[in-house]
Amino acid sequence: MSLELLAYCAFFLTVALTYAVIVLGLNVQWGQTGLFNVGVAGFVAVGAYASALLTSPPVEGRLGGFELPIVIGWLGAFVASGVLSALIGWMTIRLRADYLAISTFGIAVTIQLAVLNLEGVTGGPFGISLIPRPFGELAGQSLAFSLANLALLVAVVFGLYLMLQHLARSPWGRVLRAIREDEVAAEALGKSPRRFRIEAFALGGAIMGLGGAAQAHFIGFIAPENYLPMLTFQVWAMLIVGGSGNNRGAILGALLVWALWAASSAVVEALAPAGEQARAASLQTVIIGVALCAILLFRPQGLLPEPGSARRRLPFLHRWRGTPAATTGSERT
Amino acid sequence: MQSVGSNGEGTARAANSGPFPVLSATGVSRRFGGNRAVDGMSLDLHAGEIVGLIGPNGAGKTTFFSLIAGSLKPDAGEIRLKGERIERQPAARRLSMGLGRTFQIPRPFAGMSILDNVMAAAQNQTGESILRNFLQPGRVRAEERAARERAKALIDFVTLGHLVDQPARVLSGGQRKLLELARVMMAEPAVILLDEPAAGVNPALLDVIIDRIVEINRMGVSILLIEHNMDMIARLCGRIVVMASGRELAAGTPAQIMANREVTEAYLGEVLPEGST
Repeated sequence: MSLELLAYCAFFLTVALTYAVIVLGLNVQWGQTGLFNVGVAGFVAVGAYASALLTSPPVEGRLGGFELPIVIGWLGAFVASGVLSALIGWMTIRLRADYLAISTFGIAVTIQLAVLNLEGVTGGPFGISLIPRPFGELAGQSLAFSLANLALLVAVVFGLYLMLQHLARSPWGRVLRAIREDEVAAEALGKSPRRFRIEAFALGGAIMGLGGAAQAHFIGFIAPENYLPMLTFQVWAMLIVGGSGNNRGAILGALLVWALWAASSAVVEALAPAGEQARAASLQTVIIGVALCAILLFRPQGLLPEPGSARRRLPFLHRWRGTPAATTGSERT
Repeated sequence: MQSVGSNGEGTARAANSGPFPVLSATGVSRRFGGNRAVDGMSLDLHAGEIVGLIGPNGAGKTTFFSLIAGSLKPDAGEIRLKGERIERQPAARRLSMGLGRTFQIPRPFAGMSILDNVMAAAQNQTGESILRNFLQPGRVRAEERAARERAKALIDFVTLGHLVDQPARVLSGGQRKLLELARVMMAEPAVILLDEPAAGVNPALLDVIIDRIVEINRMGVSILLIEHNMDMIARLCGRIVVMASGRELAAGTPAQIMANREVTEAYLGEVLPEGST
């Protein structure tokens, strides 16, 4: 294997693992708790911008630029996104699944528009550049740089995986599953569904923010168009393909869907005429959409289902198929 | 039978209730639009008692239960548990105060194992805090061990020991009722509200349920029981309260209630004198 190919593989895996972090966050919210968050891109954006502002060099006329160490930036991203998620959770968590989806979608669009227009804070449409990259001193050596970043992301994903597995097996995780299965019964057993759902929403959002920060620092530049609803769609596709409720499934889904995305990009580039490349790029979305439909139809529990649990489907699929939802309880509008 | 009262707290709670009824509802009302589902209902439950709450369909029994359990808020009246007012306490808090309930249609966590179903009812677990799972792992492990042991003993107690690792969705209707008994006992309550434990249960399992209720009561737990099965009521209850139209219609021993003409009329309509058409 040539060094260039090895470097590309390391680059590919690193990007896929940044998505894996975000998908793990969504798995806490949807996979374990049944919270239908359709505003993933917004929470990722908050983490990315928080870390970028804390760690990038100062720019005249723009807030931030504190040149703090990257680890502080990542912690800041985790906290900023977690606090925002807790606040949004506190306001919206009582909503029924589809209303929660509409609210979180609206919040994500609001965040994206805010970063687009708050030029004095976020750089507006020009974004933030010169975000320090981990192992930046190796940037001249493509392979070493890619492998070092890959090792870092492997460590982050592995650490998160262990933490989330520990929580899933803990009494906290057991209460989340109980609330997801039957909110009324869980409440009768002395568990406050509101408290646990807000905690899960905040933790999931914080992890998404960390994923956003990892992406921002790996690429070195962020702009508002990175956080369009397409990102939410990709992350959901990854979780559904991999298997919601299963942390290993979340990581596998991120790797597979990102591979499909990268491969389809290469195929489109190879097959589409030069003048049609931009339009043909939309086919990537179509390919991911078709893969998603195939999984939902033929293996709705994903490639690695949640161990020992009943199948769950997304709210729109219950209506379409006329089946009862597995997420029950007295959710209110 | 295995011991399931790990620290005898249920008994202690009941014994310490002093001169007050362990559970007391006074003038409780709840209206839905123009319909007074519960209309100034009062009821006392003393330590160690099993009281039957009966009445025709629509009498307001389940609404009254929901008001006591906290899943509905009363429009008026007060509810006291061991002398402490609880009518404004959230439903999730009442179990840790000593008030448990089961449902008319059992609500198991179908995708979770029977063991996890029962362990989920453990109260005041350190491991229910995200941070403390990482800061106090030893304490969390010790509590989990104790909870697992107690849950297994309770599952054996309700005769479901051979199904401990099975998901709750495999259970029959009667077994689900037994699972609910184990689940509510996990919280070591002083009072249990049992909502129609005999409904839809086959006769063989019904005897097991009655037997378990008697055992639970012997542990010192007071029980308020809604039931239509009069045989079960007569076997279990020393006192019966009859509800009709949201109010108390009559109260007394099973024999007194069965001889009460008003009660018969509430169930069957007005009884006409012999010979009339």
